[in-house]
Amino acid sequence: MSSTERPGLTGGADPADRAGWREHPPRMGFFTDTSVCIGCKACEVACKEWNAVPEDGLNLTGMSFDNTVGLSASTWRHVAFIEQEAPEGGPGQAAGGPQGADAMRWLMSSDVCKHCSEAGCLDVCPTGALFRTEFGTVVVQDDVCNGCGYCIPACPFGVIGRREDDGGAHKCTLCYDRIGDGLEPACAKACPTDSIQFGPLDELRERAQARVTDLQGSGRPDARLYLEGTDDGVGGAGAFFLLLDEPEVYGLPPDPVVPTRSLPRMWKHAGLAAAGVGAMVASAFLTSRTGQR
Amino acid sequence: MSAGQPQPGPAQPDVAGNRARAGGGRHARNGRNGWNGRNGGRKNGGGRGEQFMVPRAEFRSYYGRPVIKEPVWQEPDVPGYLFFGGLAGASSVLAAAAQLTGRPRLARAAKAAGLGGISVSTVFLIHDLGRPARFHHMLRVFKLSSPMSVGSWILSAYGPAAGAAALSDFTGILPVAGSAATAAAALVGPAVTTYTAVLLCDTAVPAWHEAHREMPYVFAGSAASAAGGFGLLAAPLGESEPARRLAIVGAAVELTAKKLLERRLGPVGEPYQTGRAATLLRAGEVLTAFGLAGAGLSRRSRVGSALSGLALLGASALTRFGIFEGGLASARDPQYTIVPQRERKRARQQAERTGRQATAPS
Repeated sequence: MSSTERPGLTGGADPADRAGWREHPPRMGFFTDTSVCIGCKACEVACKEWNAVPEDGLNLTGMSFDNTVGLSASTWRHVAFIEQEAPEGGPGQAAGGPQGADAMRWLMSSDVCKHCSEAGCLDVCPTGALFRTEFGTVVVQDDVCNGCGYCIPACPFGVIGRREDDGGAHKCTLCYDRIGDGLEPACAKACPTDSIQFGPLDELRERAQARVTDLQGSGRPDARLYLEGTDDGVGGAGAFFLLLDEPEVYGLPPDPVVPTRSLPRMWKHAGLAAAGVGAMVASAFLTSRTGQR
Repeated sequence: MSAGQPQPGPAQPDVAGNRARAGGGRHARNGRNGWNGRNGGRKNGGGRGEQFMVPRAEFRSYYGRPVIKEPVWQEPDVPGYLFFGGLAGASSVLAAAAQLTGRPRLARAAKAAGLGGISVSTVFLIHDLGRPARFHHMLRVFKLSSPMSVGSWILSAYGPAAGAAALSDFTGILPVAGSAATAAAALVGPAVTTYTAVLLCDTAVPAWHEAHREMPYVFAGSAASAAGGFGLLAAPLGESEPARRLAIVGAAVELTAKKLLERRLGPVGEPYQTGRAATLLRAGEVLTAFGLAGAGLSRRSRVGSALSGLALLGASALTRFGIFEGGLASARDPQYTIVPQRERKRARQQAERTGRQATAPS
């Protein structure tokens, strides 16, 4: 890892530049277009296979077809299934399907690590196990991680987790081993509908804009992009989404902000409070002197 | 979290399988302090049954599942580490001042608290790691962006100083070096008491993060109260007056900062006012009241002083456990993540819209 890394506290610029990479490829990322997701879970399976992610429960949850529940140390792609009443006569109603009160729509979405420009997990990691790759992604080095668990609550998306058995933190690497060899990540490779698209982030953003404009123009006013910008609370995400409802419906935070944004202010208050400890002790002794001795 | 066991969130009225509402369900808040309720942010339960002027905020979530991950930090490890670290850090300042003003027995007691506190604290910290044998990886890098990294370096400066100060005092060996170590520990000690507040607040856990302004003062007061309490417990009456005063002013600061915190947080602070966190925090307040009264009244009683000190130590520990637990509760319930973010987003969009209208050509 580069010793010149200055993560988090400064915004702007390309994250790989900020991390000290002098020459690096363009920033790579994911665009997940949930409007064409069919819920096949090929991404979940391909991810587990390629990355040798261990089994983490074979359960029936009752949450529609979702039996992985959410992203975790051992689930790096998670397909959400949402069953909703379709808007009356709205675009969500399947052609030829039931109409009126019984009409429903099924939202499916494959969630993944957002590889934030300002990554909370990376900012707070005390060992340097989490680092910024030349592709602008965020990866855990398992041989460095000591399992302190700080990255877990630092993520505003609840992506990263710690495995019970090995005590280490794990998450999506955006297939660091594959993209370095010019391959696309396993999930994108396996996706049969191109719901998961991999590529240079700039290109993906343009493509996503075109797609959402197209959808809105063809009677899907509920189509919207999520995390597509470069100036949001995480400084722009490396993985962004096209959704058909509010983010929280998919389990995503509506307005995520990396906690480290307010860290300078926190250190200031901690410094003042520390000075306060000195002042309290001083006052205790100064007022005692006359009475006591 | 094991992936296969969905635990219905506390605010989830939906039944799995209820088709229309199974996912992306709407949840009405049923807490005491509605986000838009008239009694929002007020502490006592007087709002029960009160008419709401505005309908309660509704929010939607994914099957009531939390948006963020609950910290994997364990009890008693992490709150214990907060408490003992605070006790140690403030005790080292007390020790130096006691030595300077010719109170050797108070100084010795405080140095013992410094060494003992930081030892227990460090053991807790290492025990909580997923891979304890790699605790030294904390010192591979120094990162200002990581409160745990900064804290690890603070501890590695503080620990040896506090240890040397105590050992020199107990054994009488190298008194000059011992004094230097006492001074060094007193300089770093305050940082030990407050960096842990930043450690908690620099997370996405709503009840911690939103409290980042007040938390360092809560921890500073709590640490001062604990150190003063230990001085009352361990030092003779003839020397313990400054410890008594430190305990009293520390408890007052802790109590005030905690009240300000709860008042400013409003609905996001609700996890501190319900469930186990509330029990711990209220028990802490009761002990604080006993400790304060005792410390004020027991100037001539060794036993009374010791009991007061003990009560204040207990109060300080309960504060840490209560704040820890409140944070976990706020992480578990998606409403504390979703509702404030949704309101923030709505306000921003509204501002953008009015801004556009203002600049639009008529």
